[in-house]
Amino acid sequence: MRLIGQAILLALTMQLTVSAFADDAEDNDIYAEFLEDGNPAEFSEINGEELWKTKAGPNNVSLEQCDLGKGPGVVEGAYVELPRYFSDVNKVMDLEQRLIHCRMTLQGLTQEEATKQPFSKPGKASDIEPLVAYITAASKGMKMAVKLEHPMEKEAYEIGKKLFFHRAGSHDFGCVTCHSADNKRIRLQNLPNLLDKKQAQKVYATWPAYRLSQGEVRSMQHRLRSCIRQQRFPNPKYASDAITALTMYLAKSADGAVYAAPAIKR
Amino acid sequence: MAKPMRIRAKLKGDHVEAKILIQHDMETGLRKGSDGAKIPAHFIKTLTVKYEDKVVLDTVMGIAVSKDPFLSFKFKGGEKGGKLTVTWVDNSGDTRTDTTAVK
Ligand code: HEC
Repeated sequence: MRLIGQAILLALTMQLTVSAFADDAEDNDIYAEFLEDGNPAEFSEINGEELWKTKAGPNNVSLEQCDLGKGPGVVEGAYVELPRYFSDVNKVMDLEQRLIHCRMTLQGLTQEEATKQPFSKPGKASDIEPLVAYITAASKGMKMAVKLEHPMEKEAYEIGKKLFFHRAGSHDFGCVTCHSADNKRIRLQNLPNLLDKKQAQKVYATWPAYRLSQGEVRSMQHRLRSCIRQQRFPNPKYASDAITALTMYLAKSADGAVYAAPAIKR
Repeated sequence: MAKPMRIRAKLKGDHVEAKILIQHDMETGLRKGSDGAKIPAHFIKTLTVKYEDKVVLDTVMGIAVSKDPFLSFKFKGGEKGGKLTVTWVDNSGDTRTDTTAVK
């Protein structure tokens, strides 16, 4: 957003004259204030609601009977309890896995069709991103409350935790390499310490997010995929159980956070 | 197809603060898709904001403005309940007009 960019630069310059030592947190707050009421994720939420209610697929039905964990059709509050165990598939699923499941079972799409475009690309919009925006927005203001009661939920959490600390690859990196200390950054990006409860809460409660650098609402799947790439690991399979496990670990670390996404970020 | 804007206008002391969020791809014509072909240019050329019958902002926009533009500005002389009308026209001739009342 170049227009905004200029305005922010101006604001930052002004801020710096007041305090030459304005820290990153303050700058980020100014950034947030500037973008108040300017989050295009709102449009994604609206588009997603339309997609949710539109009949589609070989069965020509909408997703309105999709059970996201709180009963068929209940969208409100569903996201703050995800990932969770679903008895109909005897599996722990995150939001996107569950969406794929519903598109296949309700709408009759094949797996390939249901996962064709998980992320928008230039000129090619994803239908999953807006659905995710709509569903997550329906949990705004609620507290993160992943249950971790079922043995498979506990197992997913433990696997996710292991993955977080697992170091490997050409640089011997793990999530832990970049996200386990305070006040670190790469280039100009602050690296949140995800082992710190407060920071983990703030981070998790603000995903998915409209990314100004990409002009799209990006899901947790996308965020983790980017970080796994930064870690020099092979690309994970979209909506794989490993990503769900990692998400479970992060979601539980954010327990109690007031959910505030889709947010707007760099 | 032109999609609706989100307009907020609030009286703050002696001025109205207007915030306009627009849905538009603002394609520069310089990007390539995954198939290697250029994505055709598609961007807003002009945007006008009227308070009642008076133009309070008249802009020429181009490809330097980002996707989903967000404009925020202030003007004097507005009152609660007054009508703010925003219109844009893009390079394909598509246009959109939305209206809101000052709060
Ligand atoms: C090489 C360093 C690196 C590694 C390894 C890495 N990340 Fe990241 N991570 C980053 C950077 C850089 C950002 C972007 C921060 C920004 O844009 O503000 C980020 C952002 C994030 C965010 C979003 C933060 C926010 O404020 O919104 C999450 C969540 C995250 N990483 C999780 C992980 C997980 C889980 C792993 C392991 C799979 C991982 N990261 C591995 C560098 C790394």
